[in-house]
Amino acid sequence: MPRIRVEVDGVTYEDDVEPRLLLVHYLRDRLGKVGTPIGCDTTNCGACTVLLDGMSVKSCSVFAVQADERAVTTVEGLGINGQNHPMQQAFHEEHALQCGFCTPGMIMASIDLLRENADPSEDEVREGLEGNLCRCTGYQNIVRAVRKAASDMRQAERPVSPPRLRPATPEVTP
Amino acid sequence: MTATLPENNDQKPVGHGRMLRKEDPRFIRGRGRFVDDLQLPGMLHLAILRSPFAHARILSVDTTAAEAYPKVKAVVTGAMLAEQNLAWMPTLSNDVQAVLATDKVRFQGQEVAFVVAEDRYAARDALELIDVEYEPLDPVIDVRKALDPNAPVIRDDLDGKADNHCFDWETGDEAETDRVFDEADVVVSQDIVYPRVHPAPMETCGCVADYDRIDGKLTLWSTSQAPHAHRTVYALVSGLPEHKIRVVSPDIGGGFGNKVPIYPGYVCSIVASLVTGKPVKWMEDRSENLISTGFARDYVMRGEIAATQDGRILAIRTNVLADHGAFNGTAAPVKYPAGFFGVFTGSYDLEAAYCKMTAVYTNKAPGGVAYACSFRITEAVYLVERIVDCLADALGMDPVELRLRNLIRPEQFPYTTKTGWVYDSGDYEPTLREAMRIAGYDELRREQKQKRENGELMGIGVSFFTEAVGAGPRKDMDILGLGMADGAELRVHPTGKAVVRLSVQSQGQGHETTFAQIVAEEIGIPPADIEVVHGDTDQTPFGLGTYGSRSTPVSGAAVALVTRKVRDKARIIASGMLEVSVADLEWEKGSFHVAGDPEKAVTIQEIAMRAHGAGDLPEGIEGGLEAQICYNPSNLTYPHGAYICVVDIDPGTAQVKVRRFVAVDDCGTRINPMIIEGQVHGGLTDGVGMALMEIIAFDEEGNCLGGSLMDYLIPTALEVPDWETGFTVTPSPHHPIGAKGVGESATVGSPPAIVNAVVDALKPFGIRHADMPLTPSRVWDAMQGRPTPPI
Repeated sequence: MPRIRVEVDGVTYEDDVEPRLLLVHYLRDRLGKVGTPIGCDTTNCGACTVLLDGMSVKSCSVFAVQADERAVTTVEGLGINGQNHPMQQAFHEEHALQCGFCTPGMIMASIDLLRENADPSEDEVREGLEGNLCRCTGYQNIVRAVRKAASDMRQAERPVSPPRLRPATPEVTP
Repeated sequence: MTATLPENNDQKPVGHGRMLRKEDPRFIRGRGRFVDDLQLPGMLHLAILRSPFAHARILSVDTTAAEAYPKVKAVVTGAMLAEQNLAWMPTLSNDVQAVLATDKVRFQGQEVAFVVAEDRYAARDALELIDVEYEPLDPVIDVRKALDPNAPVIRDDLDGKADNHCFDWETGDEAETDRVFDEADVVVSQDIVYPRVHPAPMETCGCVADYDRIDGKLTLWSTSQAPHAHRTVYALVSGLPEHKIRVVSPDIGGGFGNKVPIYPGYVCSIVASLVTGKPVKWMEDRSENLISTGFARDYVMRGEIAATQDGRILAIRTNVLADHGAFNGTAAPVKYPAGFFGVFTGSYDLEAAYCKMTAVYTNKAPGGVAYACSFRITEAVYLVERIVDCLADALGMDPVELRLRNLIRPEQFPYTTKTGWVYDSGDYEPTLREAMRIAGYDELRREQKQKRENGELMGIGVSFFTEAVGAGPRKDMDILGLGMADGAELRVHPTGKAVVRLSVQSQGQGHETTFAQIVAEEIGIPPADIEVVHGDTDQTPFGLGTYGSRSTPVSGAAVALVTRKVRDKARIIASGMLEVSVADLEWEKGSFHVAGDPEKAVTIQEIAMRAHGAGDLPEGIEGGLEAQICYNPSNLTYPHGAYICVVDIDPGTAQVKVRRFVAVDDCGTRINPMIIEGQVHGGLTDGVGMALMEIIAFDEEGNCLGGSLMDYLIPTALEVPDWETGFTVTPSPHHPIGAKGVGESATVGSPPAIVNAVVDALKPFGIRHADMPLTPSRVWDAMQGRPTPPI
């Protein structure tokens, strides 16, 4: 059985795992990180979304061995000193969750979305979350929450560092 | 487009107002606790082998190789269950359903055997090693052919059963309706199919069964919307005494009616735990959920409407063929085999109405009542709102105008329909006018006219619905003999904090927040000081659970009344503390004071301490401050709503885009506007799914064509617009706080609005109706003049 070393929510684990063990099952069944749920078997729903080296992945579609020597962040690793991450707080304040089952994946995907685009429009949020299904909210409050978190996070950054010019995106012209 | 969300006056933080949810902190941190999160010492995992055939005789089942597989603890077949008389179980409609197939399989995905192993991977491995020999039989797939004389008989397990007939049902006055139709100026009829869909909650069904051999107690953590009813059924089936069964519904990742029935997987897990003496977890995957658990709808309807030439609707007549699958597993009150379909007369004042229904068996999964249908009201509202649009088309009349002319008037309430339903209250026209105002209806029609001239396809659809929720009065309504009442228990602790225990079970509807708000409003204890407990049958009073939007109408009433009962006792204690008579006390939320002297007052917290503490209590008053009740509703509640949908259709691809959707709901007193709005958003999204994307279809051999999320398409954030919501308030006169249910209204009301909009957009093509789901290919077919019913 392969041995892996993986950092999950800031803690490093070393484990022997079957090569076929899915990352989501490794997190849930082996590490007790049950905050990341499973909603489908065809990679459509995104409920199991976590960050792998900062990038969102559907952990039902990654083997645990593929996370060897990498860092995983789950929804359980987000809050700092008992404080909610701005995305978590915005989901609460905008009523962006009901049953709460898609919420962990939705929050993780949203954080990755803001990494790519700190100030997304409504349409950009909808497009960015296309890989995450929700049956309760009708998405509208989720879109509100993500945009609120984006605004909160941009404002929070201001006092720490002076306004910076964003690097120009290279334009691709045919 | 800016949504019009009236700045309402009920934004107050306590009681009936917007309050952020008490549930959120755990869910946003990944600390919700769903069934699959449970890990118990020695826990085993169960996996189910399912039939690849829709209809086949089982010749043999060889489990030798599976039993020999490492980590496997048990392999169980239908034959083995039959020896224990457990191969069949009762359904919620007094039929029986196979737990594991014994004689033959009757739908693709049916449970045939199960494996119990040390981990879920080994259990799945071993399934592959079970060898089942089948003899395929001709399946019955097309519901229209199920009663053909030569159709294969599906339910030969039932004594003397020689056909696929399930039941007949009728309502209304046939002769009178026929007479009105014969004499009417205008009669319009239309075949309308509400296709089979699936609630597909994000969390599938599952459980952990833990039978403790030492104290003889079974604990079952399960995805159950009705834990108390489930406990009673398990007691009846297993022979275990009811006090030795504890059913716990932990956090549930959405239910939508999918988690009302008892599924074979639960029973298998209980059996497995009894056999192994270990806790056993069963968690189905998405495909299993879609192919084998409770589907929704599947009504093939003929709608007929009679009217005068100037647009007065006189009567509605309908004939329904209902596909119930292989076992009648419909979750509906016993006397209502067709649920509340009888409300198909809708929001209109008619002279006559009649419905005749035939339900049949087919080689498909059981179900029917699910997916926010309020017991078949989705179908009823779809029928009436479609056929009224067909009439508007025939009369060349604006569909809004036709509705305005025929709505039941406010002074007619309580209004008894021609099928015997007593609508509690309603003021319909202002609700429709509000939707028109938000939508800018007249302007939309002008825009549409202009676009039509340019060859653009824009459609405007309206639906006006009356719901019937809050089952129900126990003299009429029961599930397997259990009356549809709900208990509530309120206990105020010495320091004035409280715990309220419910018999209903949230699956995301926010009960932990809103029920605390009801208590807070009635007794003045802040919601933060009120713990809401639900889902554990050892800890909560008996009641029938959450479905049919019944929590607020029944359990909400129970909670308001039990709180008043506690308050009445508090008043007596307060009279002793203030040394005045009870009649001299006035209640001001949170405290009693002497009439005319607000300074002489005691707070509910002080009363609570006195109730538990030292000092005399008034004569005849026991210590403590608590009460319990069981609430039997006198009637259902009848919320209503007016929905307007705007669609654009790409003439080249036939892709439908929902551009706008305006939903104005009236559910009486609004406990928490934020939560209502979220429920409406969710239900409208269901509507877009059903109207445009979702279908559980079958091929001729009975293979399920919607068995995964690759094929069963549910809306993403991209397919839905920014919802525009509004409200009016017409309280329920018989409800203690005037509140009606609302959770399912949007799912009920939105599909007809969307289909009406699509059909409206397709007017230039001369079509009057097209069946859901209105996918690009089906809309394209309709545009070519060949609209077809779904498979």
